[in-house]
Amino acid sequence: MTTRRQFLIVSAALAAPAAARAQLDPNLAANRKAAFQAALKRIVGDTKVARGRVKLTLPPLIDNGNSVPLSVSVESPMTEADHVKAIHVLTEKNPLPDVITFALGPRAGRASFATRVRLADTQTVTAIAQMSDGSFWSDGAEVVVTLSACLEEGLI
Amino acid sequence: MSLRFALLLACLLPGAASSGDIPLSERRSGYEMMSRETQKIQDEDATNPGTLWVLDGEALWAKKSGSAGKSCADCHGDARQSMKGVAARYPAFDPARGRPLNLEQRINACRADHQTAPPFAYESKELLALEAYVARQSRGLPIAPRIDTKTKPFLEAGRETFHRRQGQLNLSCSQCHDDHWGKKLAGSVIPQGHPTGYPIYRLEWQNLGSLGRRLRGCAFGIRAQVPELGSDELVDLELYLMWRARGMKIETPGVRP
Amino acid sequence: MARAVVTVPPRAKRGEIVEIKTLAQHTMETGFRRTQTGDLIPRDIIRTFACTYNGVEVCRVELHPAIAANPLIAFTTVATESGALKFEWAGDNGYSVTEIAPIKVE
Repeated sequence: MTTRRQFLIVSAALAAPAAARAQLDPNLAANRKAAFQAALKRIVGDTKVARGRVKLTLPPLIDNGNSVPLSVSVESPMTEADHVKAIHVLTEKNPLPDVITFALGPRAGRASFATRVRLADTQTVTAIAQMSDGSFWSDGAEVVVTLSACLEEGLI
Repeated sequence: MSLRFALLLACLLPGAASSGDIPLSERRSGYEMMSRETQKIQDEDATNPGTLWVLDGEALWAKKSGSAGKSCADCHGDARQSMKGVAARYPAFDPARGRPLNLEQRINACRADHQTAPPFAYESKELLALEAYVARQSRGLPIAPRIDTKTKPFLEAGRETFHRRQGQLNLSCSQCHDDHWGKKLAGSVIPQGHPTGYPIYRLEWQNLGSLGRRLRGCAFGIRAQVPELGSDELVDLELYLMWRARGMKIETPGVRP
Repeated sequence: MARAVVTVPPRAKRGEIVEIKTLAQHTMETGFRRTQTGDLIPRDIIRTFACTYNGVEVCRVELHPAIAANPLIAFTTVATESGALKFEWAGDNGYSVTEIAPIKVE
């Protein structure tokens, strides 16, 4: 039988999700931004990324950061000579910058896909399209992420 | 649960506790209070994660179980026919046990009585799958738990729980879900709290879960004693909530934030 | 047990864009969560997804922990000839699921 005091202490500890505890790191924002830049460099190398041709769709205000519908579509004739090779999605505030890489094969239809992603915080999400001619194009979308009113970690 | 949350809550409360029931015509499913994007996840079976459990349930329905070597199908045949409307009238009175059982308890009772099989644990993948499959057969049908002399005492017990202030935050379910639905609580919209889509795929859980699980989460949130899954208190409350939602359509498998 | 669900129109006209929706049952454990005693829960996610149409690649996807549980991946192909679409998921701890859906092109 837990005392009220014990219950309070345990509740307070449980109420802070792991991400929030990690956010006690004073360099967190800077570290994650740096990781985003590193991931970006890994994808595009030294090539400049142009804005345009890519449309990243995310709801501006979402119900729950655990599952956010995301879709990307790229303007492209999708021919042998001129097509999208891959679409990369990155974030700046998640624990890891990479979200998904969608590589298109010879049987791909439109240069587009949809999925659902986890977003740790209000942030800008970036989609980068890698073209067959070696060029890179991108789009960004801002999303507001709020936490649920009643967190119940560990309780089933 | 933070101090900020507790203060926010304190600001919301009216001076006197008023708990008028929501007029029947003003009732809204939690579906209507979600963003269009989340609604779309529920709308299509192809994108609704609940579909995965419904398919599991379909497989389990046909699977022989227990020392009696029977499957659900052996007694109940095609669920699409036999289970139509069933979930809509649960929790239902069980004469053998002298009280209403919810769907999970009914499934386990069948396992014990007719399959001689051990019960599935609450919130187990198997029990949720079967419950999702059965409840899915009531999709689109109006909620209609049977209230008569046998079930009325349990309904009243559930009603009393719904209106009782409890926990450290001294809140009743009614204060938020009858009096302040539609308003915001720390970024989330307060729903009316109707069990229209259970078992639901809750984005917060990233999993399918029962009404019992959700109610335990609510109790935890207001810092009240959390009732055990399958306890009388919880099942009576489920009966009250289904009665409160009478006439509203079943949406199983629902998706909720 | 349904490990994955794929939704493909059973028939399509030649040259038509075909919508494909896939859902896999997986918790996609990020590797960042902790137990109540503070220990890290190890990462356990789907790492790759690939779709082929009569043996030719439609798409190849790399998934990371930021992909939500029970991942949905929706995309398109062009209906060219009748045959089969093959879907393969692979991930940590030997996770491997294959689904095949027929497609009739007229």
